[in-house]
Amino acid sequence: MRRYQLILFSGLLTGSLFGVSFLAQAKSNVHEYELSNGLKLLVKEDHRAPVVVSQVWYKVGGSSEYSGITGVSHVLEHMMFKGTEKIKPGDFSKIIKENGGRDNAFTGKDYTAYFQLLEKSRLEVSFKMEADRMRNLILPEKEFSKEIEVVKEERRMRTDDKPRSLTYEQFNSTAYDNNPYKNPIIGWMNDLDNMNVADLRQWYEMWYTPNNATVVVAGDVNADEVYELAKKHFGPIARHEVATLKPRQERKQLGPRRVVVRTPAQVPYLLMGYKVPVLRTVKEDWEPYALEVLAGVLSGSGSSRLPKILVREKQIVVNADVGYNMHAKYDEMFLFDATPAQGKSVKQAEQAILEQIEELKKNTVSDAELDRIKAQVIASDVYEKDSVFYQAMILGTLETVGLNWKMADDYLDKIKLVTAEQVQQVAQKYLIDDQLTVAVLEPQSMASKTARQPNPNSTRH
Amino acid sequence: MFNQKNFFILFILVVIVGGLYALSNRDDSNSTRSSAGLNIESWQSDKGAKVLYVHAPELPMVDVRIVFDAGSARDNDKAGLASMVNLLLDNGAGEWNTNQIVERFDSVGAQFGTSALRDMAVVSLRSLTDKAWLEKALTTTAAILQKPKFPEAEFERERKRVLVALKNQKESAGTLASIAFYKALYGDHPYASPTSGDEDSVNTITRDDIEAFYKKYYVAKNATVVIVGAVDKSQAKEIVAQLVDGLNVGEPAAELPEVNVISETRKIKQLHPSKQTHILVGQEGIIRGDADYFVLYVGNHILGGSGFGSRIVEEIRENRGLAYSSYSYFSPMRKKGPFLMGLQTKNEQADEALTVLFETVNKFIETGPSEEELISAKKNITGGFPLRIDSNRDITEYVAMIGFYDLPLDYLTNFNDNIEQVTVAKIKDAFQRRMHPDKMLVVMVGGETEAKVESSSEKK
Repeated sequence: MRRYQLILFSGLLTGSLFGVSFLAQAKSNVHEYELSNGLKLLVKEDHRAPVVVSQVWYKVGGSSEYSGITGVSHVLEHMMFKGTEKIKPGDFSKIIKENGGRDNAFTGKDYTAYFQLLEKSRLEVSFKMEADRMRNLILPEKEFSKEIEVVKEERRMRTDDKPRSLTYEQFNSTAYDNNPYKNPIIGWMNDLDNMNVADLRQWYEMWYTPNNATVVVAGDVNADEVYELAKKHFGPIARHEVATLKPRQERKQLGPRRVVVRTPAQVPYLLMGYKVPVLRTVKEDWEPYALEVLAGVLSGSGSSRLPKILVREKQIVVNADVGYNMHAKYDEMFLFDATPAQGKSVKQAEQAILEQIEELKKNTVSDAELDRIKAQVIASDVYEKDSVFYQAMILGTLETVGLNWKMADDYLDKIKLVTAEQVQQVAQKYLIDDQLTVAVLEPQSMASKTARQPNPNSTRH
Repeated sequence: MFNQKNFFILFILVVIVGGLYALSNRDDSNSTRSSAGLNIESWQSDKGAKVLYVHAPELPMVDVRIVFDAGSARDNDKAGLASMVNLLLDNGAGEWNTNQIVERFDSVGAQFGTSALRDMAVVSLRSLTDKAWLEKALTTTAAILQKPKFPEAEFERERKRVLVALKNQKESAGTLASIAFYKALYGDHPYASPTSGDEDSVNTITRDDIEAFYKKYYVAKNATVVIVGAVDKSQAKEIVAQLVDGLNVGEPAAELPEVNVISETRKIKQLHPSKQTHILVGQEGIIRGDADYFVLYVGNHILGGSGFGSRIVEEIRENRGLAYSSYSYFSPMRKKGPFLMGLQTKNEQADEALTVLFETVNKFIETGPSEEELISAKKNITGGFPLRIDSNRDITEYVAMIGFYDLPLDYLTNFNDNIEQVTVAKIKDAFQRRMHPDKMLVVMVGGETEAKVESSSEKK
């Protein structure tokens, strides 16, 4: 199962303190350009190894979607590999491979991005083909009819057959009314069942234009040369109007919400989330940083409070973690997840977490805890430079969710400025019952109707 | 991210189109970086540990990895023992209890972790090279390696946590398929049991077992130490002395038994309440350092080891839309690791997908790759060489693999040459000699088809 850890992005986007502490490190040898068609280019030179990463980020993702077409951004991402006039279906990746490279793509709540990792001299191969598919996608019906089935298999694998993923999906759809994070990025199966090429065509026309894209390049390159190369390939693409989204501001929650998920499973599971602001939505810009520190006090390393007190000392849970992503487009969750220990209930786990929250409201955190978090951020600042991919990822994320990449430079200083009183204040202000949603996985027998009567011939068809 | 003991997965909010190259690179997951400039120096420590050192001065940090031949292949009749010893190392050591240990690491921003595979038990440390901070991280790691105390209370707590994790694994058809595959392929070989053991075996482990295992296997002559970072050679020697000179000298672990060749095709089906059936097909594969390694590696790259464009992905995913992820890989180990092909598809399509998978591999064994496929594969592998070792993390993993499996120190330097020497004829020959499609292990874990479910519910 180790190989799944190679999925590069999961850690980044769950966004606890150390998921995003990489943001500290981009320190300014970033070169910023804008083409006349509105395409933004960010180049970070890093000459440690003769490699380059190229990423094209579009400002469209799960949160751009509305009821009936959920999952369309992600399906379009799959179809971006299915050919243009110049490049036949499937050939994009084959050409990258022939050039010694690797490529892939990912869709998030607030973005869709495509990337290639290459030996440094091959950057033009990437630019040429990315520019081509920015405007010239064909979207053949024949390819779509197969690829939509691939995406449904992906949904079955990632969500439908995973009790915890199902619980998370139900959590979001319960917690939010109008916030677009209500819907899963991969889409509801019913929407996938009814999606067609026309939906994709429309989505592509709405969002895929140079003035809605950011190209990020990191590695052993010369920034001005990259700029010239970008002008050559992306420059000729005409800009067009980008779709505008209605605000979809979440209405005020008026009390705690609860949802129970009953599905065949083995181990109960608890999710508790409080609605909190992010950098983009907040009035007081210190608050998200204080929430980051709060998350670091509670979880993320061995000496933080949840593992220390709930896992090791009281042994109420076998695991408990906090996730918070301050670099989102809309208000986010301060999300706890926990697995009760043997003989302990979900109720006891919830109670124990609530006690920890009350403690944080009542008393300020210690200087030692703040120092520890700062040391970890300082160290992460160095460690994250070990990966050119992360460095590009930071810049692309910030720029695409509507923040400025320069905020990466401020991260360490902003964290250092957070005081114990501020941590207490955000706990008191946001971790309140009226903003709480709780989802509980109640395991049902695994011997469900499909497995009740084992039959050796059963999979014949 | 710092707590490497979290054994449950956080939500993946990002959806990747392939997930493929993550899987397909399994074969060389001990990944690489560039050809020129990676100078590995190696020596024996005073007590007999093997040391490998790479000077990487660019960033003020160092990675240290100590690998013992103490993976689950050493479990004997107590499956999960090696893993339990490994995860308990930092739960109380020297003069410090667990809380003090994690606080010592966290206070200097160090990342400490342990993990156990079938062959290896790994202890790893990443630290800044700031003198005071590094010293604190190293003295703590030294105590963990040399003076773990395995307190009874910590042991019982961790055992309970492992039991919950093992129970949780049973939710996953994919995990169950993998467990069943290894069990059936390896029979009474030590590779048969899952690394973490099972609920029954973990309950039989005693503290005495743990002490005895530690004493036998966590010894200098059974250790490989890798240091990569901004420390010079004399500093590296000091680090080695600090970490492993305090270990008992001991003996290298005994030779593992050979792996038996699978004798006939065997099909195992397990029912599971899932929408998809997870399919694994394979047989015994190769050892690290196998004479056919490069030929089989390139061949597998074409068969199903490189995502889009490889035969299995083309047939299963691109031409038929049967699965999101499909792949093949060799997992070379001390003794023959498995050759594996896998996919997951909705239950109704499981038999069709299995048929396509067999047709694809059989055809490949029979006729080999085309000249064009080989040229493309070589371009990808050799052209992408710099990507294999473009980070200290990758270098550390690669060098640990080279050291642990006694591969030549110029393994990376000669990597591209070895790839270039592969021919279509050699691939065809090696696949025909080493693969026997009439003797394959097939494991399928999943639910019944919708049709079956409906008809059985009608009866009610």
